[in-house]
Amino acid sequence: MIKIMAIRERLSGNEAVAYAIKQINPDVMPAFPITPSTEIPQYVANYIANGEIDTEFIHVESEHSAMSATVGASAAGARAVTATSSCGMALMWEELYVAASNRLPIVLALVNRALSGPININADHSDSMGARDSGWIQIYAESNQEVYDNFLQAYPIAENEKVHLPVMVCQDGFITSHGVENIYLVEDEKVKDFVGEYNPKHYLLNTEEKLAVGPYAVSCYYMETKRGQRQAMIEARQVILDVAARFEKMTGRKYGFFEEYQMEDAEYAVVLIGSAAGTCKAAIDHIRSTSGKKVGLIKIRVFRPFPEEELAKALSKVKAVAIMDRSEMFSATSGPLGAEVRAAMYQARCTADTVNYFYGLGGRDITVPDFEQVYDKLETLAETHTIMDMYTYIGLRDQQTKED
Amino acid sequence: MYDFKEVMSKPERLAPGHRMCAGCGGTVTVRTVLRALEEGDKAVIGNATGCLEVSSFMYPYTSYEDSYIHNAFENAGATLSGVETAYNVLKKKGKIKDTFKFITFGGDGGTYDIGFQSLSGAMERGHDMVYVCYDNGAYMNTGTQRSSATPQYADTTTTPAGKVSNGKIQVRKDLTAIIADHHVPYVGQSTFTTNFKDLYTKAQTAIYTPGPAFLNVLSPCPRGWGYEPSELMNICKMAVETCYWPLFEVVDGKWILSYEPKEKLPIEEFLRPQKRFKHLFKKGNEELLALFQAEVDKRWEELRERCR
Repeated sequence: MIKIMAIRERLSGNEAVAYAIKQINPDVMPAFPITPSTEIPQYVANYIANGEIDTEFIHVESEHSAMSATVGASAAGARAVTATSSCGMALMWEELYVAASNRLPIVLALVNRALSGPININADHSDSMGARDSGWIQIYAESNQEVYDNFLQAYPIAENEKVHLPVMVCQDGFITSHGVENIYLVEDEKVKDFVGEYNPKHYLLNTEEKLAVGPYAVSCYYMETKRGQRQAMIEARQVILDVAARFEKMTGRKYGFFEEYQMEDAEYAVVLIGSAAGTCKAAIDHIRSTSGKKVGLIKIRVFRPFPEEELAKALSKVKAVAIMDRSEMFSATSGPLGAEVRAAMYQARCTADTVNYFYGLGGRDITVPDFEQVYDKLETLAETHTIMDMYTYIGLRDQQTKED
Repeated sequence: MYDFKEVMSKPERLAPGHRMCAGCGGTVTVRTVLRALEEGDKAVIGNATGCLEVSSFMYPYTSYEDSYIHNAFENAGATLSGVETAYNVLKKKGKIKDTFKFITFGGDGGTYDIGFQSLSGAMERGHDMVYVCYDNGAYMNTGTQRSSATPQYADTTTTPAGKVSNGKIQVRKDLTAIIADHHVPYVGQSTFTTNFKDLYTKAQTAIYTPGPAFLNVLSPCPRGWGYEPSELMNICKMAVETCYWPLFEVVDGKWILSYEPKEKLPIEEFLRPQKRFKHLFKKGNEELLALFQAEVDKRWEELRERCR
């Protein structure tokens, strides 16, 4: 057993990310205010104002310019970071693709918030899920501790030579971003060693070699660029695990593609992303201690690259699975997580029944009784093999009224 | 002292082999501006999406002798802001020893319109960079659609002159003045005159004035304007001599006229060689020419007032 030294603190998720930024001391941070991520640049601006870090802040006039300047800074050879939420990321959309295809190891602190309209400032995953095909690595967190830990691991993943892709470190707006929790912080020196210096090979300000970034690539070259990005995503799988292993050595905290909670003997499983996992775990504990039913949870941490094989393996022995999406994709068949998990299961010839739920859109609460109902219905599904509705909204006003 | 021969014999920083049209003003703008860099100085060249970008950096070939970044259409200002800021940090940390200059090029579409906000932000923040607009008065890369830089009455593919249309309805946006009103240290308006002295010296001042600088360079487009490639220099001359495109600069808030024609030529001299204004010379359209002239006169007087 190694003795892990750590600093105990109480921080909100935004504070935790800002603190990680302070410890990493990146070169450039262009950012624009938007609820609920605004606090992150505010904290960083304070660190700068008090001479605690060397980071240069760029007070851009929009999120599009935030990501554009981040791309410029990263291409120039700087370690660059930005933060945003919701519509802010929607405005960055074009630039997300540019960042990924230029293979720039940028880290974006995303505080998940519903997209308009109607305008809504609370948590759901519609912002990052919409950007799931942009070529960014996406890592999600359940708690403040996880978002802090994920942020520390982001640069070592992004800057790995085999990867060189941007990373989105996601947390649920207000739920973790503004909720204050106990947290263990890693000592500054350890963070420095863990994250390391950024010494890119090719960059605009390299005095030894000139570089041209952002070409016009016609049909005879474009496709190879995409294949290159795909390869980087494939390579990222092992790198993510390696970085997590190194992180575990430093902190004792273990991370993988996803967390399995009570899955060893589980017959009924929920798959979801983010902070709702905490509520689900409470439901599992309650169910197991009362009825003894074998219920479990898989909480996805890494959504891009998608851990297809590992996930299918983890679900290979269950009878029924509820895949829970916190964003719509209006395909009229499933949500983004639903589609991915079902594809993974089909590929691995998993025989479990599946149902796709939508919950928590625009910050709607999900409760322990909600999860208990989900597990109840999974039991019925496993017996009848019949789904009445391909996907169902949990806690929808109409539904509640009817049931009430 | 400006020595034309000496300036012209400086090494080219935009290599030949690019795919810009013969008679294109944009390329002349880029070559002249880059020539104003000191030979020992390094530079990062930025570029908004447009003719210039797709014709000068077509994978796997680049025409730029310097490091170069194209990002997208509307963000040349923000992109170079990031590059320049990275330079400041890395320089402070001792990671870079050389001197780098930052120059970005955008067409009028990418500058007056879609990239306006990004440009305004970059100027306001005070980055040490030069934004050069090569203004050809329309979206030429996509086939001559009107922009806010398009002159009134121009026949473009989205403001075609027709039976009940005389081309673009609105007058052009005065971007040079708008950027001057950002109170940046240096703003210049230029085009190509006989020995390129005006553009060259303005580029030199822009590049070597600390802080943000903006150059607006009238850069005719043979396809969009409808002139013979060999007429390029003459068109520019007429733009200046008719006072359609006055040469001036704003140095630390002081407006200075760079050139005043001895005898201001009638606007027809500028309009006639261009197919996009052909309809103005039809019988019965004399009034439109008079209105065009009145707008030019008004703006010229306003400028003279500011430069007094």
